[in-house]
Amino acid sequence: MPVTETARGPVWQLRTPRARLLMWLGWFAVVALTVWCWQVMTKDTIWAFVADAPSQAADIGARAFPPRWSYAEKLWLPLWDTINIATLGTMLGVAIATPVAFMAARNTTPSAMFARPAALFIIVASRSINSLIWALLLVSILGPGLLAGIIAIALRSIGFVGKLLYEAIEETDATQIEAIEATGASGAQLLTYGYWPQIAPAFWGISVFRWDINIRESAVLGLVGAGGLGLQLQASLNVLAWPQVTMILIVILGTVVFSEWVSARVRHAII
Amino acid sequence: MSVTTYPRTWRRPPTMIRDARLRYALYAGILVYLVLAVGSVEVNWARVWEGLDRGWRFVLGFLQPDFTSRWRDISQGLVESLTMTMTATVAGVIISVPIGIGAARNLAPRPVYYLCRGIIALSRSLQEIIIAILLVAMFGFGPFAGFLTLTFATIGFLSKLLAEDIEDIDEAQAEAIRATGASWWQLVNYAVQPQVMPRLIGLVLYRFDINFRESAVIGIVGAGGIGATLNTAIDRYEYDSAGAVLLIIIAIVMAAEYSSSHIRKWVQ
Repeated sequence: MPVTETARGPVWQLRTPRARLLMWLGWFAVVALTVWCWQVMTKDTIWAFVADAPSQAADIGARAFPPRWSYAEKLWLPLWDTINIATLGTMLGVAIATPVAFMAARNTTPSAMFARPAALFIIVASRSINSLIWALLLVSILGPGLLAGIIAIALRSIGFVGKLLYEAIEETDATQIEAIEATGASGAQLLTYGYWPQIAPAFWGISVFRWDINIRESAVLGLVGAGGLGLQLQASLNVLAWPQVTMILIVILGTVVFSEWVSARVRHAII
Repeated sequence: MSVTTYPRTWRRPPTMIRDARLRYALYAGILVYLVLAVGSVEVNWARVWEGLDRGWRFVLGFLQPDFTSRWRDISQGLVESLTMTMTATVAGVIISVPIGIGAARNLAPRPVYYLCRGIIALSRSLQEIIIAILLVAMFGFGPFAGFLTLTFATIGFLSKLLAEDIEDIDEAQAEAIRATGASWWQLVNYAVQPQVMPRLIGLVLYRFDINFRESAVIGIVGAGGIGATLNTAIDRYEYDSAGAVLLIIIAIVMAAEYSSSHIRKWVQ
């Protein structure tokens, strides 16, 4: 803590003048960068539309209410599809992510030179691309439908589940593993008796958590043609049927709240 | 002299559900669900077979990305995405700090607490993409709608985590500051802020990363950014350009993650 001697005695300050100057420069750089970014971003913005937005919002709001309750009948099948996309996608994703996680964990990887970087790259690549983008690609490859949605959800889940699971594997207690190893257990026995009991709670917790997120994501996958509620949303938006849009949003919101409740209950029971 | 015989075999007890009947009921339920669910997935195998060729071309495009022929579109999308991310993160932080303080039970009075928690719940309950659709309808196409979407999503995320951090602070330090007769502002400034600042910086960097990833998505519904470029490339079956865009996204996300972990270490 720097002290300056003044006529009235020493004065303490939190930072040295140099540190203060550096901090000031840092903040200045952040502000300047933000202003510059703002100008680049809004270069082509039509401000008349922005000024118009409140009346637009009021207009859409007036048209969106009341929601068309009778439309709910047509939503049960898409809702079932959405839940299936999320559930089957999560299962597929977890099934692929588990071996990837064992390859990525420092203490179980078969080779730190090749398998570990490859597994880590799979995890990063899957994590950085949103499921909607995967769905966009898969719809153009496999054609529209549930299958594209399921695979998109699975591909996105690999990274998430893989990352959390390999961290859980690295945190396992090595002494228990060593004890099992000392009895002459094979590799498969080591996994089922040594690792699995230690990571099982984390495994189920992560899976249910990802399932909860996947329910949210699968609700909008239909926007690019991958089936489920999003397909109805897209159809209603295209014909500007705002009361139907409101109804769909209510159903999505209800599903999300329900899945969050389920996942909170299950995780509470496990952990 | 009696000899105790120990069992020669041992089975590992089940890890999760001990009650056998419940366990088998659960297995049966899962099986029934799987049969029903898989049965309801209609797959047009002829279409899939046709598409495999395209899938292979995408894999090739990913391995030999074409950065040059669409570079103008890619770079414009990238600039939009990055500027959108930067401004939305800054605006989101500026708005979410007061809301976060208001949503902390140990700092805010009851009515303010419920109001701020309500704002957070509203912001978190809707998907970014749905908000983007609504905002594009209101504000027109382009990165401005994207900026608003990301800002809105940032508010829910940052305020919630900031509020939880503030609720978790060491009460002894706040008590000490309060004992000196500090006002509420001084309490926030001298007791709360130094404790939550390192975590807050970490969260902001993490959110920057998420915002960039989301900015690649909301372009699909017209909110500007690299997502629009990607969407066009895929729609025109230009998989080599699409591969280039995806590789750029992965590289930037990796760079952001790597540098943010360094900055976090340096701050803490």
